Amino acid sequence: MNRAPGARAFLPASGIRGGRRLVLLVVAAALLLVPLTGSRFAATTLTEMLVFAIFAMSLDLLVGYTGLVSLGHAAPFGVAAYTVALLSTHGTAALAATLPAALVAGTAAAALIGVFALRAAGVYFLMLTLAFAQMAFAVAHEWAGVTGGTNGLSGIPRPALPAADLGGAVPFYYLVLLLAGLAAVVLARITRSPFGAALAGVRENEARMRAMGYDTFRLKMAAFVIAGAAAALSGALYAYYNGFVSPDVLYWTTSGQVLVMVLLGGAGTLAGPAAGAAAVLLLQNLASSYTERWTLILGAAFILVVLAAPSGLAGVAARLGGPLRRLRAANPGAGPLPPAPSEGAAR
Amino acid sequence: MDAILAIERLTRRFGGLVALRDVSLSVVPGERHAVIGPNGAGKTTLFNVVSGELAPTSGRVSLLGSGITGLPSHEIARRGLARTFQRNNLLFSLTALENVRLAAQACTPATRRLFTPVHRLPHLEERARVLLDRMDLADRAAAPARSLSYGEQRQLEVAIALAGRPKVLLLDEPTSGMSPAETARMTALLDRLGREQTVVIIEHDMDVVFALADRITVLYLGEVIASGTPEAVRADPRVQEVYLGTGEGLEG
Amino acid sequence: MTFYLLQALNGCAYGMLLFLLAAGLSLIFGLMEIVNLAHGGFYLLGAYLGLSIFRWTGSFWLALAIAPLITGGAGFLLEWPFLRPLYRRTHLDQILLTFGFAFVLTDLTRWLWGADVQSLPAPRGLDQSVVILGTLFPAYRLFVIGAGAALALGLWLGLVRSRLGAVVRAGVANREMTQALGIDVAAVFTGVFVFGTALAGLAGVAAAPILGVFPGVDFDILIVTLIVVVVGGLGTFSGAFWGSLLIGEADTFGKVLVPQAALVVIYLVMAAVLLARPAGLFGGRAR
Repeated sequence: MNRAPGARAFLPASGIRGGRRLVLLVVAAALLLVPLTGSRFAATTLTEMLVFAIFAMSLDLLVGYTGLVSLGHAAPFGVAAYTVALLSTHGTAALAATLPAALVAGTAAAALIGVFALRAAGVYFLMLTLAFAQMAFAVAHEWAGVTGGTNGLSGIPRPALPAADLGGAVPFYYLVLLLAGLAAVVLARITRSPFGAALAGVRENEARMRAMGYDTFRLKMAAFVIAGAAAALSGALYAYYNGFVSPDVLYWTTSGQVLVMVLLGGAGTLAGPAAGAAAVLLLQNLASSYTERWTLILGAAFILVVLAAPSGLAGVAARLGGPLRRLRAANPGAGPLPPAPSEGAAR
Repeated sequence: MDAILAIERLTRRFGGLVALRDVSLSVVPGERHAVIGPNGAGKTTLFNVVSGELAPTSGRVSLLGSGITGLPSHEIARRGLARTFQRNNLLFSLTALENVRLAAQACTPATRRLFTPVHRLPHLEERARVLLDRMDLADRAAAPARSLSYGEQRQLEVAIALAGRPKVLLLDEPTSGMSPAETARMTALLDRLGREQTVVIIEHDMDVVFALADRITVLYLGEVIASGTPEAVRADPRVQEVYLGTGEGLEG
Repeated sequence: MTFYLLQALNGCAYGMLLFLLAAGLSLIFGLMEIVNLAHGGFYLLGAYLGLSIFRWTGSFWLALAIAPLITGGAGFLLEWPFLRPLYRRTHLDQILLTFGFAFVLTDLTRWLWGADVQSLPAPRGLDQSVVILGTLFPAYRLFVIGAGAALALGLWLGLVRSRLGAVVRAGVANREMTQALGIDVAAVFTGVFVFGTALAGLAGVAAAPILGVFPGVDFDILIVTLIVVVVGGLGTFSGAFWGSLLIGEADTFGKVLVPQAALVVIYLVMAAVLLARPAGLFGGRAR
């Protein structure tokens, strides 16, 4: 294969390998055809999975490709969700208005956090993403007049598109499918671009990249903002899907849950985290019918993934099958915290 | 001839320790300038200050006449000053080709392109292959950097530094840790860089120094104690004392 | 004038509580290079344990004495079976593991103690107000300030003067060398982690009469602690101490002077410090 070595591809440049192509085709077919059966349950379940697949892929750009582990990725997600909720419950129904607004708001939140968090190296970055996202949570929690406080905002109507009624589960599903597909293609293209290759370089050895002439702060900022935009998309869709937004969308457990999705699925592959999202949601739905202790189970799953399978599902798949070889994930430990972050002082 | 790299009275303190004291050095285009001295003399610190990894306490550095003192390292690299590292500082999980391709990409606008797949910009990959060939690594292009032998990794370090067509190349002990055979190979490869490439090289191996250098600067405890042609430096009594005193040989 | 002095005392009390947390976090980071993201969970666990012990025994002091021990035990249950195997992996994996435990602790405490807001009354004898500068001030808070300062002094002496402290500092400075000298660094790790989490548990009990005990306070306090160590600089004792006082005062005065923006005051302090000194006020160590 003449693919650019080192670039982790969602769809390898010159054609997809046999086994993988088959899997992707089957999945695509299922996504397109299953809801046509008219099953509302299927449509809503798949919608939720797609929304979180976008969310997980956006974080993968940061974690798997750039080596930036953010513990606050709920921030752009939640800010976008609240934007949609606020606009929709105050009369603005048109998707053409709410979606751009949500994207702008979520991306701006990400950019603002990035400016501070990215100046700090290594461990400080982790803590700052966590802290700023919690600040957003606190604001949503306290500012009851605008955000509804702990009660949140409910009664979010489906988005209005000219000539399309998105009230039903199935039509809305196809909108989400379309947007999810677009997001996946855009993210995949980015990872296979020279910019994406530069991000991989930052992940591998940021100091060396600087010595080569790369402005690594700018690169990381760009990754952060792009990931924020994609997360904002998923947040906006989530608000529509759920019909209701509460401060939980900004809570650390949301950031933690999407990180589990990425690590479980296999960071650095895009497809892995998307599958991880589906897996975690399935697990959540299953667990919730037996117990209220989902957070405990999620924590246990997190611990298990860290202990046992650092390359996640994608890594396991790679070990199982030849055609799935190329799903080898970046080891999430190899980049984000360089053993001697002395660059923290020498900025 | 005007200096391509001018270092004027560079001083660098670390708290109470003076690592560099009033170091001045100038290099003309096409020159091969060696910096030698016993361990702890401040040679790598000098490189770190010149390349922007460290800021100087005082003094000036200029490249092609314009000051680069205190600029961030990536900016200095963009202006044409590339360096290698004493300890292999590579992108170890990526292949040798990808390492050099990324280095070649650094000083081009290609990084701004988000939506063009890398394989549609073949000129960067071609340049990388040319460089790997120059450094005798053509057959190792697809190997992950971490699987290269130590000597091959040192060669890759140089290939990476050359990728941006630097005006001045700083080589930090390129032959450190190498066997005599590898050292000879590296020396030949460096010699092949030709007269258009200005090189400043830190070296301990005197064979390499006398094979390559036009001029030599000797550092001791952060100060320049001699500077000039290899013969002049060899004959300098202070230099002999420093080397005899430390037990290291000056003989080629 | 008295108003400001009283607020300063309040800020001092809060700062001492934060110091207990920041010290434990910083100690663990300094030695093991791990940011224990479950630290807030141990704080909450300690608070709830204190609550239960108080309910069974009727004694605040017993709660204050025993809850940290049990919390330290919980810390041991995290470190020995789960964290130790990860020492040969990267720090990121270790930190993520503690994050997973944050989930576990937050839900476990909710499960065992419920979701209501609860509180622990100050012990008899300290549950009154004393007269300071012509006005009343809660005696318990004075106790917290005094005890906190004493503990800080004790910790500092222990770190600087005792042989154990020397071992810990050696391990911080150079793990391999310390190991080569025959000291079981892994045991020191366990000890420090247990001690750090016990301190968090102690903070939980001590803070309960002032801050209350309820789900969610674990991450509220963790974030404030993180801000303290970011401002003060991770891994240094002075950083933990002065950072705690600074943030304690900033938060207290923020709440009374600018109640609408109370939430963001400490974030603004952190942002300002980061812009000026990316490594924190005392973050001389290049970490």
